[in-house]
Amino acid sequence: MTEQEKATAYWKENIKYLIILLTIWFLVSYGAGILFKDALDTIKIAGFKLGFWFAQQGSMYVFVILIFVYVRIMNKLDKKYGYED
Amino acid sequence: MRTSLFLIEAMGVQTWTYVLVGLTFALYIGIAIWSRAGSTNEFYVAGGGVSPLANGMATAADWMSAASFISMAGIISFAGYDGAVYLMGWTGGYVLLALLLAPYLRKFGKFTVPDFIGDRYYSKTARVVAVFCALIVSFTYVAGQMRGVGIVFSRFLEVDINTGVILGMIIVLFYAVLGGMKGITYTQVAQYCVLIFAFMVPAIFISLQMTGNPIPQLGFGSQLSDGSGTYLLDKLDGLSTELGFAEYTSGSKSVIDVFAITLALMVGTAGLPHVIVRFFTVKNVKDARKSAGLALLLIVILYTTAPAVSVFARTNLIETVSNQPYATVPEWFKKWEKTGLIVFTDKNKDGIIQYVANKEQNELTIDNDIMVLANPEIASLPNWVIGLVAAGGLAAALSTAAGLLLVISSSVSHDLIKKIINPKISENGELVAARLSAVGAVCVAGYFGINPPGFVAAVVALAFGLAAASFFPAIILGIFYKRMNKEGAIAGMVVGIISMLLYMMKYKLGWFDEVLPDKSEWWFGISPEGFGSIAMILNFIVSITIMKFTPAPPQDVQDIVENIRIPSGAGEATGH
Repeated sequence: MTEQEKATAYWKENIKYLIILLTIWFLVSYGAGILFKDALDTIKIAGFKLGFWFAQQGSMYVFVILIFVYVRIMNKLDKKYGYED
Repeated sequence: MRTSLFLIEAMGVQTWTYVLVGLTFALYIGIAIWSRAGSTNEFYVAGGGVSPLANGMATAADWMSAASFISMAGIISFAGYDGAVYLMGWTGGYVLLALLLAPYLRKFGKFTVPDFIGDRYYSKTARVVAVFCALIVSFTYVAGQMRGVGIVFSRFLEVDINTGVILGMIIVLFYAVLGGMKGITYTQVAQYCVLIFAFMVPAIFISLQMTGNPIPQLGFGSQLSDGSGTYLLDKLDGLSTELGFAEYTSGSKSVIDVFAITLALMVGTAGLPHVIVRFFTVKNVKDARKSAGLALLLIVILYTTAPAVSVFARTNLIETVSNQPYATVPEWFKKWEKTGLIVFTDKNKDGIIQYVANKEQNELTIDNDIMVLANPEIASLPNWVIGLVAAGGLAAALSTAAGLLLVISSSVSHDLIKKIINPKISENGELVAARLSAVGAVCVAGYFGINPPGFVAAVVALAFGLAAASFFPAIILGIFYKRMNKEGAIAGMVVGIISMLLYMMKYKLGWFDEVLPDKSEWWFGISPEGFGSIAMILNFIVSITIMKFTPAPPQDVQDIVENIRIPSGAGEATGH
């Protein structure tokens, strides 16, 4: 692979991961916490209605996890293409 | 041992507050002296060698302002479910920041956001537009912070608000001017520790009291500890509907407005210059990503506790005062009545407090801020906890104010003076200019803190909309769309920020009509707080359309874009 091809391949893979992670980001917050909140509220776990829980708790936990997953994936990807410092 | 325990119990709230606030201030000043900046690099980006954890803590303290610490839990406790817009909005933005902005901007390796815009769009006009946007966003935000400092001082130290603002100015001036980004970063690390401790201690105490669970995040979904087997949230839903309010877990805003506000806050968070600039301070791209994750983790500790505090405080409040005779209310009620934050007017003269949703019959008005400030007293926690809350509130307000002042001073000294007015200025000259503009910025912020123009409070919440409408699209397109050119980006930023400003003036400030237009006139039912997301979409559309009809950026700029997409080889941040 030339430098140019390598850079393009790296970028494509990066974009693929971004799309996957941001889809999850959207689903837990705008999906579970807002658009489908009423439907999810019919399910109750302990004292929490599920939609309410996603809006005020769950989405935030997922956000943190998403960033750390991203950090891991990208560190691996950097290594694969020899881009780590 | 006995005598010292006795001493601790005998110390009043006032003494505890002085001791704890005094100790934390001495700590901040000590750190500022130890870490003062010697070069522009240290002044703007702390020398670029900050560890991811330290940067994460500093970002978290920078981010969590007096509003997060003092007001947010209170706002949520009155808004119920709708409060989620702040929780998701002010945390979800970090995912965008970590995935879409921070790594690339770190690789780009300059000092400021207008630096990126100016270089990426190869244009002085773009740089000036960006400086202008950065100043509008930061000034609206910082004025609110200085006011917050004043309020905390005045409530806990019993000085008047103006004296409080001036005290705050002197402290911030001292360590921002002396230490620059380096001083601010290490002070913020200490401030994070103070504020998170101060927030968590009362929350844990109250969670234990009410539900027997020491973890507030779980506590507010647990059963009450009175043995009734009732879940706390069910009880609060019941209490709320009984008094005529919306069910706590349901809220009353429309779905589209909740969606729009959340989006505007998220995107605005990712576009705020004082947050973005933090990621210029770490060593390399890898650290920038990690540091964004740590920052969010540290922020989420407070943000997941806040909604629990809201539920505890609201339930406690209703139970303590609703339908109770005024003559027998607890001491804290009278104390906060004096400050005007609780107001009781006995409309039907029966001597009993009617707290209901119906405005005609309601006799009790409660300020949002009470929920955190008076929470320890409402739950009868020890005096030192109350003093701790004061120190925490001050840490939150001071750390945010300092971060914003740095953005303002670097916008002036670096983006305006060095890059546009006098490119030949020496390193030392620029450092002097940076310090002088920090002094200037503190004075202006202090002036607004003492004489808040009526619209500042309203505008602070909209700083996010402004950031979303201006910076976010320009930066995203600059990284992910190689063909994006200066014509498109400039037109987009101008259209975005102007449409946001106009909507705000019409529907929030009511400048264009005799009376403030009604909610029913909002476009698509979207409030001014949520309009940032529409203005951002407008920015994207305008940028891309104009770009299609204008020439592609020059090859060297396209090479810059290629280069920032590759993480390796991020050198020290520079101003050249």
